[in-house]
Amino acid sequence: MTFLLDCPNCGPRDVYEFKYQGEVTRRPSGRPSQREFSSYVYFRDNVAGAQREWWCHRIGCGQWFVAERDTRTNAVLGTEIPAPARSSAR
Amino acid sequence: MRLPKQPGERIDRETAVSFRFAGAPVSGFVGDTIGSALYAGGRRVFSRSFKYHRPRGLLCCSGHCPNCLMTVDGVPNVRVCVEPVREGADVRAQNVLGSLDRDWLSVVDRVGGPFTPVGFYYRTMIRPRRAWPLYERLLRNMAGLGRVPAEHEPRRYDTEHRAVDVLVIGGGRAGRRAAARAAGEGRSVLLVDERGGSDADGYRVLAPARAIGIYEGGLVPIDAGDLLYRVRATRIIVATGSLEQPLVFPGNDLVGVMLPGAVRRLVDEWAIKPGECAVVIGADERGLDVTDQLERAGVEVAAVLDLRASDPRRIAAVGGGGRVRAVEIDSTERLPCDLVVVSGGRQPAYSLLAQAGATVDYQPRKGIFVPTNLPPGIEAAGSAAGAAEESAAPRASYDAGKGDRCFVCVCEDVTEKDLERAVAEGFDSIELAKRYTTVTMGPCQGKLCHVPSIRLLARATGTDEDAIGTTTARPPWAPVELGLLAGRHHEPMKRSPLHFRHEQAGASMMWTGAWRRPFAYGDVEAEVRAVHERLGVIDVSTLGKLVVEGAQAGELLDRLYPNRLSDLAVGRIRYGVPTTDGGRILDDGTVARLHGDLFYVTTTSTGSESVCEWFEWWNAVWGYEAEIVNLTGALAAINLAGPQARNALATLTDADVSNEALKYLDARELAVAGVPCLALRIGFVGELGYELHCPASAAEHLWDALVAAGAAPFGLEPQRILRLEKAHVIIGQDTDSESNLLSAGMPWILKLDKDDFVGRFAAELIRERDLGERLVGFTLPAPTLPAEGAQVVIDGRPAGRVTSARVSQRIGKTIGLAWVPPQLAENGAEIAIRVDGSLARASVTLSPFYDPDGERLRS
Repeated sequence: MTFLLDCPNCGPRDVYEFKYQGEVTRRPSGRPSQREFSSYVYFRDNVAGAQREWWCHRIGCGQWFVAERDTRTNAVLGTEIPAPARSSAR
Repeated sequence: MRLPKQPGERIDRETAVSFRFAGAPVSGFVGDTIGSALYAGGRRVFSRSFKYHRPRGLLCCSGHCPNCLMTVDGVPNVRVCVEPVREGADVRAQNVLGSLDRDWLSVVDRVGGPFTPVGFYYRTMIRPRRAWPLYERLLRNMAGLGRVPAEHEPRRYDTEHRAVDVLVIGGGRAGRRAAARAAGEGRSVLLVDERGGSDADGYRVLAPARAIGIYEGGLVPIDAGDLLYRVRATRIIVATGSLEQPLVFPGNDLVGVMLPGAVRRLVDEWAIKPGECAVVIGADERGLDVTDQLERAGVEVAAVLDLRASDPRRIAAVGGGGRVRAVEIDSTERLPCDLVVVSGGRQPAYSLLAQAGATVDYQPRKGIFVPTNLPPGIEAAGSAAGAAEESAAPRASYDAGKGDRCFVCVCEDVTEKDLERAVAEGFDSIELAKRYTTVTMGPCQGKLCHVPSIRLLARATGTDEDAIGTTTARPPWAPVELGLLAGRHHEPMKRSPLHFRHEQAGASMMWTGAWRRPFAYGDVEAEVRAVHERLGVIDVSTLGKLVVEGAQAGELLDRLYPNRLSDLAVGRIRYGVPTTDGGRILDDGTVARLHGDLFYVTTTSTGSESVCEWFEWWNAVWGYEAEIVNLTGALAAINLAGPQARNALATLTDADVSNEALKYLDARELAVAGVPCLALRIGFVGELGYELHCPASAAEHLWDALVAAGAAPFGLEPQRILRLEKAHVIIGQDTDSESNLLSAGMPWILKLDKDDFVGRFAAELIRERDLGERLVGFTLPAPTLPAEGAQVVIDGRPAGRVTSARVSQRIGKTIGLAWVPPQLAENGAEIAIRVDGSLARASVTLSPFYDPDGERLRS
């Protein structure tokens, strides 16, 4: 893994400056069933292709952002600071 | 003896350089390589082959083949044909028993055949299994590539990062032209070349240096001796040229069989006469052109065989004493000679392109593999792109089926017959044949044997080169010292602002994560006693310190912690244990509300960064009106603890620190010894205590004042005993990635009557189900001391483990924490712990061992 990521604040930087937090998941609202809980905590889609995932510019500005990356080629298709999803999460 | 001055020679005849080979003095000139100086001095045998210990001489003379590997100043596997001479160097042969000219291990060449068939390491010497260590030692001594010196002399390697618009790899004509053109377009250009060269025409030159691969994102690591450059380029132009290919015929590995480039360099660069009488056999124009150099050097050319014009069935080099004496062509002529220049055409050096994702196609007309479908940002220039002049594809071999030994791979001593046998045994794909025979897996990494092995495989399988295809190209493209990849040894270290006070006090320092902390200042027991009976002081600056501030800071914390924090009164403190949504314990610490919207959060020493990131991540998801700032490095923290703590503090502050004004779990801003502090009245070590947080710059002053007021410094080890007496857990030591709040015995912290929080789903599920293991305290008679990680044994089976254990003088017993089955999580339950091979009986305790009701903390 030696690709570059576009930090929304700092521009293209070596991937080693970032922390990877895995694919963007949908947190269940209310009380989930056992199945919903397991699928949220333990299962990931693990797609071969474009994936939305969380990154943090750890050795940099500290910004959390979402990148869309092709998991087959590590081509970064785009990065963005997502709008807060508080209303849906609550 | 040198030739008269040659046009463009690289040697400086005025400046002699001398070194030693096998102890004897050798002299050369500045501009020579160790190999050229040895050759000029008459040396012809440069190495013994890997497997058969056959004598080998200069073949490529350009740093590709394994034939000149020697040990120079203790460094093994130096390619002396390209290693510049240096005064006083100690050069030695490697992989020989005796000398290069008389190597006793060459017996393998004469008798070893039946014992060393292709893939012998898969089928001989495997039985009996017990004998393998013996075989291994034997093989290690006979085979291999040099020896790592027993005395290690540390060398420093470094890594540097560079970013350019255009990176040109290869400084030949095509590379230079491409670099100049890109520079003319106003781009920043870097050119790397294996040989020499200086900056020119508006571009930088890095030489001598070698690009060792092309990785994703246009990353090219470049080996520049002790320095590894990690170069990022938007455009990469590969101009690595082409590689002269040998021919496969009987005797093709004899000393005196050379590629044209070797002759060219010997004559043109070092003015050395390569031999007396030569036969030239070539499939391409450039290979045959070497007659110019031979004539200039006064070498008699006995014959020139142009493989494009004639197609002999058999070529054989006849040798004596390992050196070539004559050449036979189709068994009709016998041409005496001491030099055979062979050229099977020039194969584009496409490896870097293929690593970058290019495909490789066979061109039957030229007999070469050519890179195609270059990925975006990658270009090829010159002969690396396949722009070489016309050549003819040579025969796969010229042995006329007589069964003579022809070497395909000189690195690993793989013969034509070995490859044919591999195909007969079913290893008929190039990738399988490669792994079975180890062809292309030696030091040259296929530079000289890849194409010949493909031709042989095509012939043996009755297909063609296109059908066989190439093996996967992988970095490194050129040999690299492991030290260069490791870079300089970095040991990042964090020091507290009080670090030098600890050193002055003679503390024994220890690593805790990246921090250096005092283990103890002297007598651990005395330091524990001081805290219990009088007054102690410990540097806890390593604690993570975060400020969470904003109109919704309380709401954010309510969602990050399983307990409620939004209702925390100003000036009060609560213990908090953040968990993940899977219920796992992440960290622990305290949360104090300093003002209406301002919370001060402490984390564990190792957790400061991850907790801060965790908080910020959730806030990026939710977007509360709250800011999180990590103040860990800006603030120091000192814990003043012991029954005399209040009195000592009172002498250093004007503030009211009475038990009524500053209660247990109160937080106050006050000046101590003139230093503005945040005092947190908490009790990790079990006695009345104040954690004083202050600016890092004032830490030494505060520390000195506290010590002057009678506090005895105590280290981490006494603190571990003190906290264990209170059964306070250390996250990460007593808990692991499976631990949750309920199993770790902290159900009181869980507040399920509030809104959603991270970890709520899991907590609800865990509550309804079996808890599994439980974390409990235990005691056993001192001085028996279980190791951390010791087994808890129930009915003869391992059923748990000890996470912490210490002998406590205060309690008069060995105390500890352990994970046990839930049915044993009861006061007084008996468990057995394995200590030094036998079982010790221990008794379970669910409450703290010391001051279980916390009266001393509140007093």
